[in-house]
Amino acid sequence: MIETRDLQYRYAPAEENGKETVALRGVSLSIEKGSFVVVLGHNGSGKSTLAKTFNAVLLPSGGSVWVRGMDTADESLLLAIRQKVGMVFQNPDNQIVANVVEEDVAFAPENLGVPPEEIRRRVDEALADVGMSEFVRHAPHLLSGGQKQRIAIAGVIAMEPECIVLDEATAMLDPVGRQEVLSTVHRLNREKGITVILITHHMNEAEDADRVVVMDDGAVVMDGRPREIFPRVDELRSIGLNVPDTVALLYGLQQEGMDVPLDALTVEECAEAVAAALR
Amino acid sequence: MKPILEVENLTHTYGSGTPFERSAIKDLSFTVNDGEFLGIIGHTGSGKSTLIQHLNGLLRPTSGRVLLEGKDIWAEPKKIRSVRFRVGLVFQYPEYQLFEETVYKDIAFGPANMGKTGSELDRCIREAARLVGLQDDMLDKSPFELSGGQKRRVALAGVLAMEPQVLILDEPTAGLDPAGRENLLANIRDYHRNKGGTVILVSHSMDEIAQNVDRILVLKSAGILMDGTPKEVFARGEELLAAGLDVPQITRVAMALRQRGVPIDPAVYTVDELQREVLALRRGGASC
Repeated sequence: MIETRDLQYRYAPAEENGKETVALRGVSLSIEKGSFVVVLGHNGSGKSTLAKTFNAVLLPSGGSVWVRGMDTADESLLLAIRQKVGMVFQNPDNQIVANVVEEDVAFAPENLGVPPEEIRRRVDEALADVGMSEFVRHAPHLLSGGQKQRIAIAGVIAMEPECIVLDEATAMLDPVGRQEVLSTVHRLNREKGITVILITHHMNEAEDADRVVVMDDGAVVMDGRPREIFPRVDELRSIGLNVPDTVALLYGLQQEGMDVPLDALTVEECAEAVAAALR
Repeated sequence: MKPILEVENLTHTYGSGTPFERSAIKDLSFTVNDGEFLGIIGHTGSGKSTLIQHLNGLLRPTSGRVLLEGKDIWAEPKKIRSVRFRVGLVFQYPEYQLFEETVYKDIAFGPANMGKTGSELDRCIREAARLVGLQDDMLDKSPFELSGGQKRRVALAGVLAMEPQVLILDEPTAGLDPAGRENLLANIRDYHRNKGGTVILVSHSMDEIAQNVDRILVLKSAGILMDGTPKEVFARGEELLAAGLDVPQITRVAMALRQRGVPIDPAVYTVDELQREVLALRRGGASC
């Protein structure tokens, strides 16, 4: 779906004679179609920069990024690339442009020259996909954060992309809003086969992912299934990440000699493992 | 315990008389004690932001009163500005408020508006910078050259420099990564301990609230759902979940263990506590 080859990115210095910031140091990743990938990293690890190269918001300083075989550095392919890979950003208020929900969702297909009846169909379907059909004629600014982000997602879906990249899209939401966004994208991934790339520093959002890519200082330092990655508690902590409470508890108990697995990530699994060890 | 802020039957209605009329808070009453570290939690739409903007007079009650040290803050409306020097409010993503040429000048804005000058002004600025962990060499930089986390500290320092009696922080760690979050919370804890002022922390993050405050106010749908210590509040985990709120993941693990017959104290809300309880049960040879 998306492939990066020795991808490098440098930000220009903030002041004259200052140093440039190397945000990505040769990242080579291959994202499989239909997968649900979480990219984890502390602030400054390069994860957002990486996300922005996926649909040519940023172009590589070195190396290359390929979307379904299309080079993101090729200007003539920009529209095609952005139709395939949509992005949802952190701040819901920065992504909504219209005064009416359905108009905001229709924005992209209108710009792509999609015929009116088709736009109508896509808008209705996109809103249904995110569970916001009843708000079709509402004013976006009156919605909650989670609802706004779902409208932003609907706006992306209306382009019928193959992949959605969420760049810390839940950072400004409360737990309920966060859960709404996560359930929505998981459902889109499962039911429509849309590839999802979720950028976050919230560890627990990676629990249900197919794959977790951990970044630190511009490079990928871990890459595997959540159950392989989370037990590496010391490593994760050393790069400024926390593990979920479940893993922290199991790790602590293991250190005290209890026979518990470290990969019982979910609340239920963790409780089951601890209860079993106590019997 | 002396009350510093008292909220009496506070109601705030937006858009009165229009089709969008909505009471964001209805008949709310509670007291904040001097020196307390209070946490306020509530889902989006519960009235949190509306409430805290009443505490420093940014919003005026539709009905009800807000008392600061026993006096109605709106008794003399023309003097409402002085309330804002005594009750400092740090909004979410405060770095968006930065505007001056240098960090020093930005922090100076608040205390200068209070009338501070000369060495007294300088003292306030430098002390505030120190409290948030900003190095001296940062003071001459432009705020816009700094990282997100550093900008946030500058914004916080700008409020601390006014030496408010009550400090209110709305989601201070929003958008920060785990290390950044822990750093900032440690600064806030130190501030509370060393300055002895009152601190109100508004947050969605149950973990954050649980580990830092003396008392929690849980808001729901324009009213108060619970008011108690963290132990008291998290012991009612099922109620919180039913109210659409989150509980710390570790509390849910404790709840799941109890469901399996393991006798864990319902009020457990930190990983360390649960670890200790489990180890104690193992030593006691518990079986279930």
